[in-house]
Amino acid sequence: MISILSTLRIALRALWVNKMRSSLTMLGIIIGVSAVIIMLAVGTGASQKISEQISSIGSNLLIVVPGSSTQGGIRMGGGSQSTLTKDDADAIQKECSSVSVVAPMHNGSAQVVYGNQNWSTSIQGTTPGILEVKDCGLTAGRNMTDQDVRNANKVCLLGQTVVDNLFGSMDPIGQIIRIKKIPFMVIGVLESKGQSLVGQDQDDTIIIPLTTAQKKIFGTTFPGMVRSIMVKAKSAEDLTIAERQVNDLLRQRHRMGPTKEDDFTVRNLTQMLQMAETATNIMTLLLGAIASVSLLVGGIGIMNIMLVSVTERTREIGIRMAVGAKTWDIRVQFIIEALTLSLIGGIVGIIIGAGGSAILSAVVGWPTVVSPLSILLSFGFSGLVGIFFGFYPAYKASLLNPIDALRFE
Amino acid sequence: MALIETQKLAKFYDVGEEGVQALADVSVKIDHGEFVAIMGHSGSGKSTFMNIIGCLDQPTSGQYLLDGTNIGGLSRDELAKIRNQKIGFVFQGFNLLSRTSAVENVEIPLLYNHIPAKERKRRSLLALKTLGLEGREYHHPNQLSGGQQQRVAIARALVNEAPILMADEPTGNLDTKTSIEIMELLVQLNRDTHTTIILVTHEPDIAAFSKRIIQFTDGRVISDKEVIKS
Repeated sequence: MISILSTLRIALRALWVNKMRSSLTMLGIIIGVSAVIIMLAVGTGASQKISEQISSIGSNLLIVVPGSSTQGGIRMGGGSQSTLTKDDADAIQKECSSVSVVAPMHNGSAQVVYGNQNWSTSIQGTTPGILEVKDCGLTAGRNMTDQDVRNANKVCLLGQTVVDNLFGSMDPIGQIIRIKKIPFMVIGVLESKGQSLVGQDQDDTIIIPLTTAQKKIFGTTFPGMVRSIMVKAKSAEDLTIAERQVNDLLRQRHRMGPTKEDDFTVRNLTQMLQMAETATNIMTLLLGAIASVSLLVGGIGIMNIMLVSVTERTREIGIRMAVGAKTWDIRVQFIIEALTLSLIGGIVGIIIGAGGSAILSAVVGWPTVVSPLSILLSFGFSGLVGIFFGFYPAYKASLLNPIDALRFE
Repeated sequence: MALIETQKLAKFYDVGEEGVQALADVSVKIDHGEFVAIMGHSGSGKSTFMNIIGCLDQPTSGQYLLDGTNIGGLSRDELAKIRNQKIGFVFQGFNLLSRTSAVENVEIPLLYNHIPAKERKRRSLLALKTLGLEGREYHHPNQLSGGQQQRVAIARALVNEAPILMADEPTGNLDTKTSIEIMELLVQLNRDTHTTIILVTHEPDIAAFSKRIIQFTDGRVISDKEVIKS
């Protein structure tokens, strides 16, 4: 076989001679490749956003809420019963082997005041474990301690939104704010988490010790009552085991017979979000597949043009054969020509696709991510298209009889 | 040993109801360094004969030995290799690649003989120079006269140092003066480099430049004699 470089020069010349035809053929590939890139970018952007949200609520998370209560035939909503206690939370922490951290929650909302500023926000009474459960760090100050919880100390951790609204640019650490007129000392500021999946501001919150919330802010119907318990499993694989362990332990602790309905519900938040992620991934694939169809059509365009080219250049093929071109010399020449068309089209398509994705993000505001994988994939795919659709014309050309090809008019 | 030896070569074309017997029973020997003209009217089988001994076409029956090798059993690629290394072609219609410079046209056989680019260029320029085409190396065929185009084609046929040059009506598209120039070039080539030349023509004037004339009629050799130069 003759050298690829020489063949490439022949191919480029042949394509250059028919500039209009070559660029129109390339256009098919350009549209196909840029469509694939943009579709994958939109899909990847969406699933990346969901992944971010999964990590913002904390990973491997279970939430235990009380079951619904029935009063005089009227069923109340989930969580209306008061059946969970801090002791339940402690027992889960102690006895469930697949659980790493537990945070009992007693929350509500309240008006908070600092100086002449005031703000209404959600108050979460909980234990120090909450930061680990939510995969949340502090940007300033310290976490509360078990001591704070035992003594029902009046300390609090502020979310960024609360800091912005009460303090502006001032340093809040060590300041005293009033929650329902009770003074609390600010000991830390939470890392920003942004919006939740449903658009709720996760930074608009204040964390205080559980006992303080129970005794001084919201009160309880019975001592030790909590509204929910957040449970973090040791790993993603442990999540379902942890769910079962929590379920079994709570049934046992609440003395439920085998026929009795649970008086609590264990929700697997991570699983819900993962399902959403799976759905977006399927969507991405689907979009990519639809876009691939246009790439396929572009490939057929290449085949069409190459077939025309073979017919037009029958004489050239005859001359080359007469002076010693072998079967594969001819084949490689036409395959390289098809490949050049599709790869140049592919590169231009990638550039347009990346640019289009950026424009889409900027103008429509969709999150798009052009991953190196999608670039590699569409480049490789356009190369394959070139080889696949170039092969038949090349094969046809190589089988010509030299003398017939020479005589062709 | 003869360079070219055919035994009872026959070619039958399967066209129409009856088919055409283009060649029948052709047994010819051509030695190294000969200058042979193959003559005949159109349809006499002379071109078919040249295509077969030029390894461009296959006989229906009979044997063809080139340099002692039986061509009959060879594959397409083996034939391509023989055409590349042993035979140079010159055609009536020149058969140069359009939109390709003279030097690049001459390079093509070297390309398929895996000669490095630099060497290809050197040899091609040299071949063009030998044929008096200095200064025209980068002209495209449509910028050259018929005689110049035919010289480029001859340069292409010679560049790979093939021992045989086959010319099918090389002067068919040229005026008398240019025809004589081209023929004198071939005579000189045959004399100086001992290249075996096989010329197909229907013009006695052109055939007269050769040393031996083989006459074809209806696919058969009817005469084969030396040219007596006066």
